[in-house]
Amino acid sequence: MKTKSLIYYSLISSIFLFSLVSIWKILVTLQGVELKNFNFVIIITLGIAISLLNLIIGEKLNYLIKSTLFALIFTFVDGHIVQVMPIWYNIGIFSILIFFSLKINKYNQKYLASEHSSQIVLFDFLTLFGIVLFSFVILFPFYMMLITSFKTQAALLINPLDFSINFKQDFKELFKSYFVIFDTYNFGRYILISTFVSVGTVIVTLIFAIPAAYAVARLNFFGKNFLSTSILIIYMFPAIVLVIPLYTVFSQLGLRNSMGGLLIVYTATTLPVAIYMLQGYFRSIPKELEEAAIMDKLNWFGIIIKIILPLSIPAISSVALYVFMIAWNEFLFSLMFLDNPNSFTLSRAIQYLSGDAETPRQYLMAGSVVVTIPVLLIFVYFEKYLVSGLTAGSVKG
Amino acid sequence: MSDTLSKIEKRTAYILILPAVFLVFSIILFPIFANVWISFKEVGLKDIRIPEPRAKKIVKSIKDNPDQLKVIYKLRNSSLILEIRDVKFQDKFPKNIKPINLDERCRVKSNKINCEFGNWEAKYRENFQILLKSSDGTPINKKELKTIKPKLKGKSDNILLNTNFTLKNFKKVFFQNEFFDLLSTTFYYTFFGTIGSIIFGILTAQLVNQKFFGRTFMRSVLLFPYVGPVVALAYTWELLLDPYSGTLNNLLMNFQVIQEPLNLLGQKYLTINFLGFDLKLRLALTTVIIFEIWRYFPLAFLFILARLQAVPKELYEAAEVDGAGPFQKFINITLPQITAVISILFMIRFIWNFNKFEDIFLLTGGASGTRTLPINVYEQGFTISDIGMGSAVSIVIVALLLIFMFVYFKLIGKRADEN
Repeated sequence: MKTKSLIYYSLISSIFLFSLVSIWKILVTLQGVELKNFNFVIIITLGIAISLLNLIIGEKLNYLIKSTLFALIFTFVDGHIVQVMPIWYNIGIFSILIFFSLKINKYNQKYLASEHSSQIVLFDFLTLFGIVLFSFVILFPFYMMLITSFKTQAALLINPLDFSINFKQDFKELFKSYFVIFDTYNFGRYILISTFVSVGTVIVTLIFAIPAAYAVARLNFFGKNFLSTSILIIYMFPAIVLVIPLYTVFSQLGLRNSMGGLLIVYTATTLPVAIYMLQGYFRSIPKELEEAAIMDKLNWFGIIIKIILPLSIPAISSVALYVFMIAWNEFLFSLMFLDNPNSFTLSRAIQYLSGDAETPRQYLMAGSVVVTIPVLLIFVYFEKYLVSGLTAGSVKG
Repeated sequence: MSDTLSKIEKRTAYILILPAVFLVFSIILFPIFANVWISFKEVGLKDIRIPEPRAKKIVKSIKDNPDQLKVIYKLRNSSLILEIRDVKFQDKFPKNIKPINLDERCRVKSNKINCEFGNWEAKYRENFQILLKSSDGTPINKKELKTIKPKLKGKSDNILLNTNFTLKNFKKVFFQNEFFDLLSTTFYYTFFGTIGSIIFGILTAQLVNQKFFGRTFMRSVLLFPYVGPVVALAYTWELLLDPYSGTLNNLLMNFQVIQEPLNLLGQKYLTINFLGFDLKLRLALTTVIIFEIWRYFPLAFLFILARLQAVPKELYEAAEVDGAGPFQKFINITLPQITAVISILFMIRFIWNFNKFEDIFLLTGGASGTRTLPINVYEQGFTISDIGMGSAVSIVIVALLLIFMFVYFKLIGKRADEN
C-alpha cells in the first residue's frame, strides 16, 4: 500500500465527512437550535480514525455491522461534545455516518495499492462532495424563499436563523402572506395578466415562426443564407440597447402600459430563437412525405398543416414551453413599459412591491413563490422536451 | 416548367417569412438604427411626449336662472416646452340648447360648436366659458351635457423628427461619465462571470456524466437557477445577504467565521490583510458576479453535458488500457472534446453578460461599484431622464459588441483554417 494514497484517502474522506456534518449542522441551526461550532478538528480527527479503522477491519466484519459500529461511535462522541440536542439531530448524524461508512466500505488495502488509486479516491469523493455541495447551494435560496413566506415579520426579526414552521397554527395564519398579497396587492390580477401575455406570446410566436421556419428549412429563395445567419446574430443582440428607442416610439403611439405592446416586443424577441429551433427540427423530417403531398396537389399551406405540424408536435411543444418561460420571466421590458399598477405583470408587481421599503419581506417572498412555482412545475414536468429544445441545434462542435 | 415551379417556391417562401422578418426588423433592427439617430440629439424624457391640447369640462348652474347654464373649459397645453399650432376645438350639445354671447373665435353649426384658438405656447392655460340657454324652456339635462367630451386638435413639432444634431452626448459619454471606470467594471463583471459559469459548468457536467443514484433529479435541480424568474431569485439573494437580518451573515457570525456582519451588496471595497499586504477586493461587484455565476452556469452545464454524452466510451476504455488515471483522462480526452463547445459558450455568455441588466439592477441598482454600461443606459435614460445620453451609451455598447464579435470570429476562423 502506498503511503500517498493512504494519506489522500483518509484526508479526503474525512473532509467529505466534515462537510456533510457541517451542512447538517447548518440546517439544524436553521430550525432554531443553538449550535455555535463546527468542531473542525475533532470531526476531522474522528473521520481520519474511522477511515483508517475501516482499512484495518477490512472484511473481517460484515459491512453492515461495521457501518453501524462506526456510526454509533461517531454519534456518541459528537453527542457528547455538542451536549443536549434534540434526538432528531442525533438521528441525522447517525444516518450521515451510515451513508459515509457504506461509501468508504469499498476501499480496502488492496484497492489503495493499485495504480492511480489516490486519483480515483480523489475523484470519487469530489463527485460526492460536488453532489452534496451543489444541491445545497442551489436549493438553499429556493428553500429560504418558501420558508420566509410562511413566517411573520416579528419572528423574522427576533431570530433570523429560525426557519422552523409552526404547523400547529391556524391555516389562515400560516398562509397569511399569500392572503395579503392576493387581497391587498391584487396578485390575482397580475397572475392573469402574466398568463395572458405569456400564452399570447406563445401563440403569436408560433403563428409567425412555423411558416418562417418551414421556409428556411425547405424552400430555396434569394437571401436564405443571409437570413439564417442574421437570425442568430439578432438573437445575440442585447435587449438593453432596444429599450430607449422602443420606449420613445411606444410612448408616442400610446402602446405603453398595454398588453398589446408587451406582446409585440416579446414576440419579436423570441421569434429568432423559435425559428432557429423549429427549422432545425423541420430539416429532420423526411422530404419524401412532402413530395407525396405535392403529387396530391396540396399547396404549401396544406403541407404545413397536414404534414409538418403533426410530425413536429414534440419540437413545437418544446418551443412553446421555452417561449412561455421567457415571456413569464421577462423583466426588463415590463419595467420599462409598465408604470400603471393596473397593467403590471407578476415580475413587475414584485419589483414594485419591493420599491416600498415598508413592505414586509415575507410578502415579497410570497410573491416570489407565486411567480416561481409555475415555471418550476412546468420545467420539472416537461424537462425532457425543454432540455432537448435548449440544446437542439445549438451544440454543433 | 421547373422554372415556374421555382418561381412559385420563391414567392411562397417570401410570403411565409415576411411577417416574421417584418416584426423582427421593426422591433429589433429599427431601434438599433433609431439609437444612432437619437444619440445625436439633445432629448430628455419629457420631450418625447407629444404635446396635446387638453380641456377639462365643468358644468355649473347659474343662480336664479334655471334655464341657463355655464360651461367652463379649462384649456391647457400639456407640454411644458413645445408650442401647439392651429388648435381646433369642437363640442356637441343636446338639440334644445343654444349658446348665447359666444366668444368671437367660435362658430355654431347645428348642435356643434367649432372654435379656432390659434397657437398655444408652452404651458399655455386658459379658462374658456360658454353660456348656454335652453331654447324651448325645458330644463337642461346637466348629466347629458357632462358626458359629452370636447375634441381638440393641434399641430406640434416632434423633437425626434427635426434635424438638429449635436455631438454633445458622445462628448459627455467619454469625458464626463467616468467612462473608463464603467468600462472596467463591465469587463470585470463580464469576464469573471463568463469564466466562472464555464468552470462550474464543466465541473457539474463532469459530475452528472457519472452514474449515481438520483442523477436525473440532480440534473433538474442544477437547472433551477437558470429557469427561475430573475426577480424572485434576486430578491431572495438580497434577503439572504442582508447584513443585519440576512441568513448568511447570521450563520457566519453564529459559527464565528466573521465577527462583524458584511454588507455584501452595499460595500464597495473590502480590505483583506494577506501576508502583510492590504488587498482591496471589490466586494459588491464580487457578490454580483457570484450571483451571475450561480444563475448562468446551468447553461454551460447543459451544453457541456450534451457534448460529454456524445464522447465515445471507447476513448476512455482505450485510455484505461494505456494506464491513464482519471485526471489524465480528463485532461487528455474530455477537455479536447469540449473545447469547441466551450469556445461557443464563451462567446454566447460573454455577449449576454456584457449586456446583463436585470441582475445588477435588482441586486444593487448599480450602487457600490457595480455600475456597468447597461445599468448606465437605464440611469441616463430614465433616472437622469436624458434619452439622448442613454442612446449614446447604447451605441457604445453595440460598437463594443461588434468589435468583440469581429475579433472572436477572426480568431476562431484562423483556428479553423489551421485545423
